[in-house]
Amino acid sequence: MYRYDEFDATFVRQRVAQFREQVARRLEGGLSEDEFKPLRLMNGLYLQLHAYMLRVAIPYGTLSSRQMHKLADISVKYDKGYGHFTTRQNIQFNWPELKDVPDLLDELADVEMHAIQTSGNCIRNVTADHFAGVAVGEVEDPRPVAELIRQWSSLHPEFTFLPRKFKIAVIGTREDRAVMKSHDIGLRIVRNDGGDTGYEVHVGGGLGRTPMVSRLIRAFLPRPDLLNYLEAIIRVYNLIGRRDNKYKARIKILLHETGKQEVTRLVEKEFDQLKKQNDAVSPAEYERIAAYFQDPAYEDTDFNLDAFDEKRKQHPQFNLWLNSSLSEHRQRGYSIVTVSLKPIGGIPGDASAEQMHGVATCAEKFSLSEIRVSHEQNLVLPFVKKQDLFELWQGLKKLDLATPNVGLASDIIACPGMDYCALATARSIPIAQDISNRFADLERQHDVGELKIKISGCINACGHHHVANIGILGLEKKGVEFYQITMGGEAGENTAIGTVIGRGFSGTEVIDAVETLVDTYVELRQENETFASTYSRLGVTPFKEALYATA
Amino acid sequence: MPLLKDGRIVEDHWQFIGDDDDIPVQGDIVVSFERLKNSIEILVMRKGYLGVRLDNDADAHDLAPYINNLALIALEFPAFTDGRAYSQARLITTQLNFTGELRATGNVLADQGVFMSRCGFDAFEIDEHQPPHLWLSLANAMSLAYQKGYRARAGFSPRAVVASRVG
Repeated sequence: MYRYDEFDATFVRQRVAQFREQVARRLEGGLSEDEFKPLRLMNGLYLQLHAYMLRVAIPYGTLSSRQMHKLADISVKYDKGYGHFTTRQNIQFNWPELKDVPDLLDELADVEMHAIQTSGNCIRNVTADHFAGVAVGEVEDPRPVAELIRQWSSLHPEFTFLPRKFKIAVIGTREDRAVMKSHDIGLRIVRNDGGDTGYEVHVGGGLGRTPMVSRLIRAFLPRPDLLNYLEAIIRVYNLIGRRDNKYKARIKILLHETGKQEVTRLVEKEFDQLKKQNDAVSPAEYERIAAYFQDPAYEDTDFNLDAFDEKRKQHPQFNLWLNSSLSEHRQRGYSIVTVSLKPIGGIPGDASAEQMHGVATCAEKFSLSEIRVSHEQNLVLPFVKKQDLFELWQGLKKLDLATPNVGLASDIIACPGMDYCALATARSIPIAQDISNRFADLERQHDVGELKIKISGCINACGHHHVANIGILGLEKKGVEFYQITMGGEAGENTAIGTVIGRGFSGTEVIDAVETLVDTYVELRQENETFASTYSRLGVTPFKEALYATA
Repeated sequence: MPLLKDGRIVEDHWQFIGDDDDIPVQGDIVVSFERLKNSIEILVMRKGYLGVRLDNDADAHDLAPYINNLALIALEFPAFTDGRAYSQARLITTQLNFTGELRATGNVLADQGVFMSRCGFDAFEIDEHQPPHLWLSLANAMSLAYQKGYRARAGFSPRAVVASRVG
């Protein structure tokens, strides 16, 4: 993975020192909260319902064991002994004190991490496929380009006060595991007929109160042109994006109101200018970064399939875990293991210090000291030898991290909701916990099969409910929380926005409602149909009838 | 508003002229873009330098026909969170190749000084509560930047951004 050189290290240290000075000015009264707010947000520091919250960037979701150990230590020293992994592959600490934040940031800098641009109306931490570098069928690892964009966008002088936040995701495969089409800019690495590497450029995706799927504005952008093209897009947006209403300020609205054709024309015109004036991406700089993401030295493994099958028979729990946690690795003898951060009845995405240390140690032993964070709020061990799977499972089980539910009903995405967030209109965590408990029977979950349930505690949709098989949106009316259900949403290559299926439910009713939808699917499914395919075959009607007919 | 230029407070010899004000016979004046367009013949005949203030929703490219007549362009930050003028400044200095005074007006704060300078501003109407030494110490906080193409304009500070690398 990428390692800071002296330039990166100095940059981050200077930034911490600068923020230390800004915090001092704030504490002494030299800065008002209004003046301090954008400065702290640029450093990832929010003021939430009960306390400050620090969001730490995990660029493209890749962590070393050393970094994970440090996050665990930080959670003990500055927080209450846990952290929360988010849908943007970041980690949040919910209880730091303002005076401690500069020290916390210095400790992050010790392991080449920072919280720059995890908030504010700027280019946010760049996300990528959490299977980057090990995914089957990948044109190229998306992380070098994500790292290039991280560097280019860090304290960008022109793009620090955009109309609204700006999110970029990069993938290198046909499958989209990074919700690329729900980003302000989504890049997919492709190869053209001439064998050159370049990018599909998708613009204007987003969730929130006006969910939209992004539009392809360039089918092939040559690699050297990437930064100039991004500069052109973001400059056009900075100049003519709406600023009169924060809910209409994302680039998706510009595309929607001004039209894809006109926005594309403006971008291409600006790009033509920039090409004349700026350097292209330097191949040497790209190669310098890419060198950090070379394949590791894979070993020939002495995997014994018979012995393995025997273990599966002896340990049904291990077998169940394998069925849900493994993904195909491009290297023979290896597997990608997803580590569920969704214990039954637990808080989605939360990890205790002990669990973070534990995963870091497992990664040292079994995954070349590398860990990924997925937007689905799970962790990934990308380099596990098949022969090590049993031992890994035993290790994870001790940490309460071996719940065999990845991709299933209780693998729920949920935002922090009213339990933490100042914007929330309803609680999401308790709803996730109740649904998880309702489906506590893991055999049943495996029988139900692949199912994406996603919960947001307000219209801003941090819990991705628009792109779920069953999406739940928590709202409030006259002081009472209620929950709307959407169906038909999909993340991934065929991203689709779900639609609300009918009147909302109370916090208790909604748990029954979800179960009714799942039971309806089980009753109606044909052989090998997933929830999503039954829904697309039959539409919403049978589900609506089951939910509302008797009411 | 004190005017910060070349790292110190300087006397402001420019007069900002309202659209209904008479054009003074002498002196250096700044007019709105509307007035510049409508009265360009008169404006270029008079003695004294000419400047323009451009609203932040205007297209900076529209200044192109007048750029050689201008010695000052004033851009506005109605709120420091409204960053349109950064892009306008960039267009003005890199595409219209303007080399005169580019002035930041409005809600201009020291914490954004380096960003402004790197986008092409070289004069700042600053808040009295943020003296020049604060601007300079903040400018010196970061000696590195990633964006190669965005060089701070000379005179802002002794070492604002000494090295850069990408893009």
